[in-house]
Amino acid sequence: MKSSVIIFPGSNCDRDMDVALKKFGFKNKMVWHNDNVIPKSDLVVLPGGFSYGDYLRCGSIAAKSNIINSVIEFANKGGLVIGICNGFQILIETGLVTGALLRNKYLKFICKNIFVKANKTHNKYFNKIKKDILELHIAHNDGNYFCSQDDLKSMQDNDQIAVRYCDSNGEISENSNPNGSIQNIAGVFNEKKNILGMMPHPERVIDNCLSSNDGSYFFENLLSNMK
Amino acid sequence: MIEVNEKIAIDHGLKKDEYKKICELLKRNPNLTELGIFSAMWNEHCSYKSSKKHLKKLNTKGKKVIQGPGENAGVIDIGDDDAIVFKIESHNHPSFIEPYQGAATGVGGILRDVFTMGARPIANLNSIHFGSPSNKKTKSLLRGVVQGIGGYGNCIGVPTIAGQTSFDESYNGNILVNAMTLGLVKKDKIFYSKAAGLNKPVIYVGSKTGRDGIHGASMASAKFDDKIEEKKPTVQVGDPFTEKLLLEACLELMRDDSIIAIQDMGAAGLTSSSVEMASKGKLGIELHLDKVPCREENMSPYEIMLSESQERMLIVLENGKEKKAKEIFDKWNLDFSVIGKTTNSKNIELYFDKNKVANIPINLLSEEAPEYDRKWKKSKLPQKIKFTKKDFKNLKITDVLKKILASPNVCSKEWIWEQYDHTVMGDTIQKPGGDAGVVRVHGSEKAIAATVDSSASYCYAHPLSGGKQIVCETWRNLICVGAEPIAITNCLNFGNPEKPENMGEFVECVEGLNEASKYLNFPVVSGNVSFYNETKDKGIKPTPAIGGVGLIKNYKDMITMDLKEIGNIILVVGKTEGHLDQSIFAKEILNEKKGPPPEINLFNEKNNGETLLKLIKDKFIMSAHDVSLGGIMTGIAKMCIKGKKGVNFYKFKGLIDKFEYFFSEDQGRYIIEVKKENVEKVKKILEKNSNHYDLIGEVIGDNISVNDEPTLSVDKLTEFNKDWLNNYMVN
Repeated sequence: MKSSVIIFPGSNCDRDMDVALKKFGFKNKMVWHNDNVIPKSDLVVLPGGFSYGDYLRCGSIAAKSNIINSVIEFANKGGLVIGICNGFQILIETGLVTGALLRNKYLKFICKNIFVKANKTHNKYFNKIKKDILELHIAHNDGNYFCSQDDLKSMQDNDQIAVRYCDSNGEISENSNPNGSIQNIAGVFNEKKNILGMMPHPERVIDNCLSSNDGSYFFENLLSNMK
Repeated sequence: MIEVNEKIAIDHGLKKDEYKKICELLKRNPNLTELGIFSAMWNEHCSYKSSKKHLKKLNTKGKKVIQGPGENAGVIDIGDDDAIVFKIESHNHPSFIEPYQGAATGVGGILRDVFTMGARPIANLNSIHFGSPSNKKTKSLLRGVVQGIGGYGNCIGVPTIAGQTSFDESYNGNILVNAMTLGLVKKDKIFYSKAAGLNKPVIYVGSKTGRDGIHGASMASAKFDDKIEEKKPTVQVGDPFTEKLLLEACLELMRDDSIIAIQDMGAAGLTSSSVEMASKGKLGIELHLDKVPCREENMSPYEIMLSESQERMLIVLENGKEKKAKEIFDKWNLDFSVIGKTTNSKNIELYFDKNKVANIPINLLSEEAPEYDRKWKKSKLPQKIKFTKKDFKNLKITDVLKKILASPNVCSKEWIWEQYDHTVMGDTIQKPGGDAGVVRVHGSEKAIAATVDSSASYCYAHPLSGGKQIVCETWRNLICVGAEPIAITNCLNFGNPEKPENMGEFVECVEGLNEASKYLNFPVVSGNVSFYNETKDKGIKPTPAIGGVGLIKNYKDMITMDLKEIGNIILVVGKTEGHLDQSIFAKEILNEKKGPPPEINLFNEKNNGETLLKLIKDKFIMSAHDVSLGGIMTGIAKMCIKGKKGVNFYKFKGLIDKFEYFFSEDQGRYIIEVKKENVEKVKKILEKNSNHYDLIGEVIGDNISVNDEPTLSVDKLTEFNKDWLNNYMVN
């Protein structure tokens, strides 16, 4: 499977994502933000970081970058697109997924391991995943997901809530919500579920010597579902 | 332009006789721009005029040292053509005035020092010190500094893997912010700041130059109001996004051999970077200041030379490489301008609109800079306090432990490090909160451990012992994660060197740290001195911060301090003599602040450390932690908290009091967890190597059980340990 990781100025998880994709068998290419076309890919990833410094609303300038039109085109044709952390913020700014990411509830950057419960139905990302309570890692200032009640309802009805913060037993409660996200939402799909935006970083937890190895389940499962 | 006189020179922070010397050396009066350059190069920060004499004695050589002090950062060999570049630097005064930007630019500055040498930064650390928690400024300063460090490091994408925070009233009016960075480079791709060759283009890259940070220390004089209209705050403003671009662009340009010399524009900006490159190369340099990209209109040569705008680099390039270099900086949207060339004049010659605005022989700014042999006062070892049974009457070990774990200097600093991205780059295998942070060397089996430590109370009580102690603690922290200690960097934070007591503290701390560094073969490869940390005539406690770096040959051999398995046995390696003076126990529980710091026995220190490292390599040790603040009991409690397990202590029998045993801060000790079946083998190895040890307990489920006192749940201890800082920052 071929993948592409977009590098925006200020991206800082681009290499980590490249390492992870290659580790699990993707043939990955790095794509510069000023390019106009994405090389032939089965998966496009918008990595974490601080694109263009995030001095305006996070992700808003990246959403107007040169490469973004071809990302949108690729997604509209049904291509798989993942946005992690800043990538999720960019997806929101492009309108490819619904909602907004506000400043964390306690107004602090948070870097720690968290658990999420994955939605295994009707999507290539988590369907058949061997473990559906995953210990992943977050590192963000603006990951407090918010959307209107109407949007929330329609996303729930259409199974678009991808991952929700929970505890190690899968219990979803205010205590397991690190940043104040509505309904503990850590990630969402678009309507067709070919696009996944989420705050947690699976690429940082892909080895037993790191803070968790559960990111491996995510990448292995995705690759096997894509074949 | 203003006519320069003695008064203006003094306003620039120069002494009367220093100004006289400048006039003599130049054989004329300097103009204002030249005076500004002299004052920048001759100040304490750039010239090390008070400290040089003593720093020369430092142990800076070793088999693994590739570059010692004198460059942008030190470099050590870690095998397989890999090298680690590292340094620590202070940003104390700016952080007190404007904590967010002061701390942020401190991180930015040290990152640049490291990537200037061609290394990709792989880890950040910091050592931060605040006033008493009850001081009304402490909370906001702490919040600002932490957000500033995080804001910069998180954005640029370098993990902050370890650090140290302390509170002491001596920092009430002068906090300390020391930032350390480690970078990874191939041995044959290290870049230096020594210019070479004539007529080589001098290139300015990075951010534009603004009026920020101009000559911070000396702009108070009203004399300059008519010239320098906008007295912007003297604190620089950081832009981590631009730094990230600058990092990537520089590393891209460094792939081939276009660069002859490179130097970041840190303190004293364009002045020190150009002078240092030319001075090291024994060359002259000619700069055309109207070609410097400026952020603001009508900037004068004086302002351009003294601006401390951030995220800028000066490069001496090979002829003919300008076009290629410009393409790279264009790609990253950074300014690029050829602003001058190297010459054989041995002078720094500055032009502005074709007029020569300054012409100074470079040796006057470097070699001829003043060097002082300041008066210093020798300190006495304080009298030992005689503690008696009566002092410990009515105390319970468990109560004392609870109090110590919740004390500001021992409590968990998770509130702080959770705000630092410590996992970006995907190689962090030991996060903050342990004895040392550890990152893998990307794509290899190796890992690098790093720690930063200081103990101002010990240094204040007796600088010579304190200086030794802190090097030993750094060494121990590296050993505790299974790393072979290689080298250190030091950030020497002291009061006013013109006062003999403060200068004495400096001299003796340096002597102590040098003695330990030599004995342990743990050389100093880089560092920084920060004097004049005083407010209203009262100096801080002497606070040398030591950053240590060690190598783990196979990252799978790394160990952590969390207790691993029920049934394992706890041993203390190293002799417990019961030294309570200057301990947390004495200060927090007995309210006794006098007395000497614990003694250092370098032989035992080395011997215990080396045996421990061997035991770790041979896989005998399940977890390890050094005994430091709060003694054995506090150390074990922290291992319990991390491992979510308890310890059942054996019935205490010893010659000293149990409080002395459990809470004394004797040095050179480690707590280790060993599997039951290995205890006899470990004992034999320790005996063979003459390492003293005590068997003191066994890992159990959820409680700490000591003597006949009621058991203490580890969950409760965790709360005590974590809550203090959380509550302090929220309320």
